[in-house]
Amino acid sequence: MKISGAEIILESLKREGVKYIFGYPGGVVLNIFDVLYENTDLRLILTRHEQAAVHAADGYARATGKAGVALVTSGPGATNAVTGIATASMDSVPIVVLTGQVPTMLIGNDAFQEADIVGITRPCTKHNFLVKDVNDLAMTIKEAFHIATTGRPGPVLIDLPKDVTGGKTEFVWPEKVDLPGYKPKYEGNKWMINQAAALIEKSRKPVIVAGGGVIASGAYKELKELAEMTQIPVTTTLMGIGGFPGSHPLSLGMPGMHGTYYANRSIQDSDLLIAVGMRFDDRVTGKTDAFAPNASIIHIDIDPTSIKKNVRVDVPIVGDVKKVLTVLNKLLKTESKSQWKEIRKAWLKQIDDWKHERPLTYTYSDDVIKPQYVVEKIYELTKGDAIITTEVGQNQMWAAQFYKYDKPRTFISSGGLGTMGFGFPAAIGAQFAFPDKLVIDIAGDGSIQMNIQELATAVINKLPVKVAILNNRYLGMVRQWQELFYGGRYAHTQLNPLNMALDVVPDFVKVAEAYGAVGLRAEKPSEVEPLLKEAFKTKKTVFMDFIVDWKEKVYPMVPAGAPIDHMMFEEKEEKPAKKLKVVK
Amino acid sequence: MRHTISLMVENKFGVLSRISGLFSGRGYNIESLSVGETTDPNYSQMTIVTSGDDRIIEQITKQLNKLVDVIKVTDMTEFEHVEREMILIKVAPIQQKRTEVLELAGIFRGRVVDSSESTYTVEITGDEKKIEAFISLMRPMGIKELVRTGKVSIMREGLKKK
Ligand SMILES: Cc1ncc(C[n+]2csc(CCOP(=O)(O)OP(=O)(O)O)c2C)c(N)n1
Ligand SMILES: [Mg+2]
Repeated sequence: MKISGAEIILESLKREGVKYIFGYPGGVVLNIFDVLYENTDLRLILTRHEQAAVHAADGYARATGKAGVALVTSGPGATNAVTGIATASMDSVPIVVLTGQVPTMLIGNDAFQEADIVGITRPCTKHNFLVKDVNDLAMTIKEAFHIATTGRPGPVLIDLPKDVTGGKTEFVWPEKVDLPGYKPKYEGNKWMINQAAALIEKSRKPVIVAGGGVIASGAYKELKELAEMTQIPVTTTLMGIGGFPGSHPLSLGMPGMHGTYYANRSIQDSDLLIAVGMRFDDRVTGKTDAFAPNASIIHIDIDPTSIKKNVRVDVPIVGDVKKVLTVLNKLLKTESKSQWKEIRKAWLKQIDDWKHERPLTYTYSDDVIKPQYVVEKIYELTKGDAIITTEVGQNQMWAAQFYKYDKPRTFISSGGLGTMGFGFPAAIGAQFAFPDKLVIDIAGDGSIQMNIQELATAVINKLPVKVAILNNRYLGMVRQWQELFYGGRYAHTQLNPLNMALDVVPDFVKVAEAYGAVGLRAEKPSEVEPLLKEAFKTKKTVFMDFIVDWKEKVYPMVPAGAPIDHMMFEEKEEKPAKKLKVVK
Repeated sequence: MRHTISLMVENKFGVLSRISGLFSGRGYNIESLSVGETTDPNYSQMTIVTSGDDRIIEQITKQLNKLVDVIKVTDMTEFEHVEREMILIKVAPIQQKRTEVLELAGIFRGRVVDSSESTYTVEITGDEKKIEAFISLMRPMGIKELVRTGKVSIMREGLKKK
């Protein structure tokens, strides 16, 4: 029996186990929308912007590890999706984006709502396709999911001309894909892994730097086993957060620009750096020539292009992190645990001293809400049992620093692209994946306005998503740079007057209410905890507007391009002794 | 250093732009590029001449390998290989030099493929040295136009690694 291209798409998505499509309609995708009209196993979630649809698919993918799916129309729908696609690309998130396209006959004619989206997204997808024949449709979808979810994951776009989705053919679901140019390498080279084991045995001051690859490959247990067995401390990059328990005694927190003192010191002092599923982003390395100057470097990554791209590597291991660590752990098991403890004693003592010398701190106040205090309270009240998404800026860094993530896929943040407006739609996607989990977007007053229209999506779908806005009336992270590096000239970074008696635009409480969500505001530290409790109790979408100290800065800070041990710290005020809060 | 990279790619639309886009997007330069179908119409063979230090060349070959449509990447510079390029060069020598052009073309085993009252168009095939030598000999004759195919390259039998 012949069925239409649109029906083939639906059938294929079902075979791929897709439950939700995040999307937005338009002329050339009507064929596809039409077959979704009465379908109940596969729900289309209508967002209020295509960028948000892609971020929601991305949030769903990051929370579950499965591919997220978005569907948008041609032209402006497709171009609106680009930021979402680039965000997923930079963070290696498996999503499949379906874009409508003008009929094949019209392609290249500057037809109404035509955009060369395959050309536009070539550099920000893992791969993309233009389907020109309805007979290629099923195979292309199969290949797209395969490419998106295997190897180093990433976004794949499929461009679908209207005559292809309207054309008819037999539906044949392919058994397997055959892509001669795509063969990810999963098994690490044995000889190299042996070399790595030998280096680990010889080293006295090793550090593991774990990135998003640990989470993508599901290597949480293997990493923990390696660290605990060999007593090697672990620092997790922004993308690696949750890949190793943040509350573990061997955890060093985050490295890099806003990394902890002890993570950066450990890296700089180390004699061996074991980089696991990370890519030496400049926010992690600072000045690369001065990065880990005394260390040999073992680099395990599934993407060969990540290796030796930015830093020299002594033992490169191309392969799946989970598989490589499994082999490595076996090799290292010969030594007993007590032996390792003995070997590491001095190094761990040194690190402990650094932890005491400069812990992550902020100065608490009774008068004004400190943004870090809000994050800390969220951690305390949720006991870490929540999915946290973030926007971008100071809010993101505080969410990374002052909340301990013990499980993978509980911290969802746009790392590589740093996309403001990501957190809220991503939270929506994560909430669809886990309807019973507490999902909280830790937001900035600037970022939240970049996809604030998604309040409609959240409310209409009865999602209990919580948004904690750390409202500092500034594009805070940019203001911080202006304060530190541009002589305090706050050029166009103030979003609102600091005097709250004046009208603050927008009134987030009213905005929330206008959409049918709950809006709450706290202006004093004493109001923070009761407000959070109230918000967490309700099953509704909640916006929490925390009016926080605008002057707060994210510390430690390494200026861009400086070595990572050139850290700036919070200037200690007079008599801070009592009020300096130490985060354990 | 200059490297000649040979690629086997899927013969599909858009592949060339994926490859050229990779070079421009990452700031690598292409000195020459040539493409053509292989005996199997599903695949094309590409030869790219590029330059960079070892680190850059390593990145280039890895990045090319990562493209889904690229089947095989060979840095020919690491192997014994033969390289050839063809040029068509149109010269407009003064009357007294017309025979000299013909003589030089003969020495270089070139062929005159077109002639007019004032011009000759000569076809020359060879490796880089030969091509450059011929062009520099033609320069004083007055080159009107020069087109080149870009290099193609093939491995010597036995795949001897240098
Ligand atoms: C789409 C986008 N535009 C601009 C930037 C640059 N940028 C980085 S942080 C930031 C300020 C964010 O302000 P806000 O959301 O209020 O967060 P805060 O730093 O105040 O916590 C800006 C503008 C960005 N990351 N993303
Ligand atoms: Mg702000």
